[in-house]
Amino acid sequence: MVNIFAYFIRYPNSVRSKILGCDLHRLDEGPSVQTVLTREDGLRYYRTMQTMRRMELKADQLYKQKIIRGFCHLYDGQEACAVGIEAGISPTDHLITAYRSHGYTYTRGVSVKEIMAELTGRSGGVAKGKGGSMHMYAKNFYGGNGIVGAQVPLGAGVALACQYQGKNEVCVTLYGDGAANQGQIFESFNMAALWKLPCIFICENNKYGMGTSVERASASTDYYKRGDYIPGLRVDGMDVLSVREATRFAADYCRSGKGPILMELQTYRYHGHSMSDPGVSYRTREEIQEIRSKSDPITMLKDCMISRNMASLEEIKDIDATVRKEIEEAAQFATSDPEPPLEDLCKHIFYNDAPLEVRGTHPWMRLKSIS
Amino acid sequence: YSSSDISDHISVTVRDALNQALDEELERDERVFLLGEEVAQYDGAYKVSRGLWKKYGDKRIIDTPITEMGFAGIAVGAAMAGLRPICEFMTFNFSMQAIDQVINSAAKTYYMSAGLQPVPIVFRGPNGASAGVAAQHSQCFAAWYGHCPGLKVVSPWSAEDAKGLLKSAIRDDNPVVFLENELMYGVPFEMSEEAQSKDFLLPIGKAKIERQGNHVTLVSHSRMVSLCLDAAAVLAKEGIECEVINMRTIRPLDAEAIETSVMKTNHLITVEGGWPQFGVGAEILARIMEGPAFNFLDAPAVRVTGVDIPMPYAKILEDNSIPQIKDIIFSVKKTLNV
Repeated sequence: MVNIFAYFIRYPNSVRSKILGCDLHRLDEGPSVQTVLTREDGLRYYRTMQTMRRMELKADQLYKQKIIRGFCHLYDGQEACAVGIEAGISPTDHLITAYRSHGYTYTRGVSVKEIMAELTGRSGGVAKGKGGSMHMYAKNFYGGNGIVGAQVPLGAGVALACQYQGKNEVCVTLYGDGAANQGQIFESFNMAALWKLPCIFICENNKYGMGTSVERASASTDYYKRGDYIPGLRVDGMDVLSVREATRFAADYCRSGKGPILMELQTYRYHGHSMSDPGVSYRTREEIQEIRSKSDPITMLKDCMISRNMASLEEIKDIDATVRKEIEEAAQFATSDPEPPLEDLCKHIFYNDAPLEVRGTHPWMRLKSIS
Repeated sequence: YSSSDISDHISVTVRDALNQALDEELERDERVFLLGEEVAQYDGAYKVSRGLWKKYGDKRIIDTPITEMGFAGIAVGAAMAGLRPICEFMTFNFSMQAIDQVINSAAKTYYMSAGLQPVPIVFRGPNGASAGVAAQHSQCFAAWYGHCPGLKVVSPWSAEDAKGLLKSAIRDDNPVVFLENELMYGVPFEMSEEAQSKDFLLPIGKAKIERQGNHVTLVSHSRMVSLCLDAAAVLAKEGIECEVINMRTIRPLDAEAIETSVMKTNHLITVEGGWPQFGVGAEILARIMEGPAFNFLDAPAVRVTGVDIPMPYAKILEDNSIPQIKDIIFSVKKTLNV
């Protein structure tokens, strides 16, 4: 439903916005504290974050109905990170993250429909139901990775390929506060710095690695400094504009050939670690409520846009309604699409290969694998 | 161990054959590059990559710090993003530090992504027992890697094997674990003119019959093929003709070649350097049990393997920890009941 009154209201095309400065490590200057928010961008960020939020909440619902099984790590609360990062890079850049990946799968171009159908394990899923929550891929998006920390060397490797192929692309390599102590991350820091790989290491610090708070896991919780010889910045991960500016800054740094850079995004997840974790045994409901009421990324952007007269409440409500509809349709698809056929069982073992025989559960079951 | 007309054959060590394969594939495709410890300026810990850094430079031949998990992951990431890395483990013992990247990041990804993300990578290096390097440096990983779907696992024996199979591995669009053998590096073999060509490829997944025979089938891979041939030569003097099969590939296993041979000889012995439990031989025997060749066996199939212990250091102990020619001969005679 179009609000015809919208045509008669003049909105400023853009506003100057002041953002929080970043804490810096081995950097003389950081990202600019002044940024410009255009109406178009603002509405787009709002819509994207709202879509991600509603998608995750729908996944929660479907999981409780046992339509989604296994692991489901939800991203609600952290939307500003994924959206801000995507706004700071371009689609030809590369990105890899860990298992809390539904949001990034969306920002990297996969439709809500394909994401939800992958969660429900249907053939219309982005990985045809073979991967599930933690294993979704797209062009220049390398998942979705289940082993904590393993994605960081992979990301450094993608950055090596960027450097090798000379196309001025960068790789954003994400990990959490829990993964930040992994040895292989330090191995990646070393090689990335040594070879000046165009890698933006980003630690999404949501304060808890599963049920363990940062204070109980890390001798140093200054994650932006943990790269030691790698310059770092600590950013307010609840503000999409701060994240965008920091990402732009980091991408420029890498593209100029200076080597890797590290960003810590301070953020928060509303859900527990996964759907099997209620998330209140190691933190208080008050803490969660406080963040929701004072620092919610979507509410903050909405308030900013409305208070600066960049959008009307009507318009926002329209977007909300459209998003709600999109999610409902995607959920419909995800629950009605058929499961993959049994013929798919042995497909995709090898790429570009002659068909090969695969042993089934007993010697008389001879299955075939096709590329 | 040559065959047929030798006028156009030259003698090439396994090391040089591997070096040639690497050189030719680096030249052919600029996406191919080599990384690992000491591969560049040191010319390779075992000199397999000798001369390559001088020829191709820092971009294509990369010395890494001693951080296997990190650089194996970097290699896999590079493969995902369009390059064709060759990741060297100084020995496969060190690959244990990186095994998560080999299995979970490389082997499983094409399947998990339903075909969206191929991983064209080769992991190579010496595998198995060496000489006097003791327990932590002597493990055979053929069974461990051979266990996992999504990987191809190759184990060459001769110079021809080394060259043809490494070239195929590099050209393969999938993760390949390439198990070399340090004690074979210096061994010379006759290489035919065909094998000397830049386009010489051997198919992964096909075994080779190194010696024809009618009385018993000996199946082996890597260095143990030499022992089988030596044992066969001794047994021939007593009128026992062994058919020696060089597996060449651990996974996918060429069960058909083994079955065809067993259906002819009616007797089977597998010979490997690795530990017996859940090993390569165990898999072969299980397959023979489950397949058409079982009814052709005149005696139970048996395995000749390394002793089920960590590798000791003292020479006399080490020598008795791995199969010897006399063990193969003994097993053949027991199986044939002579």
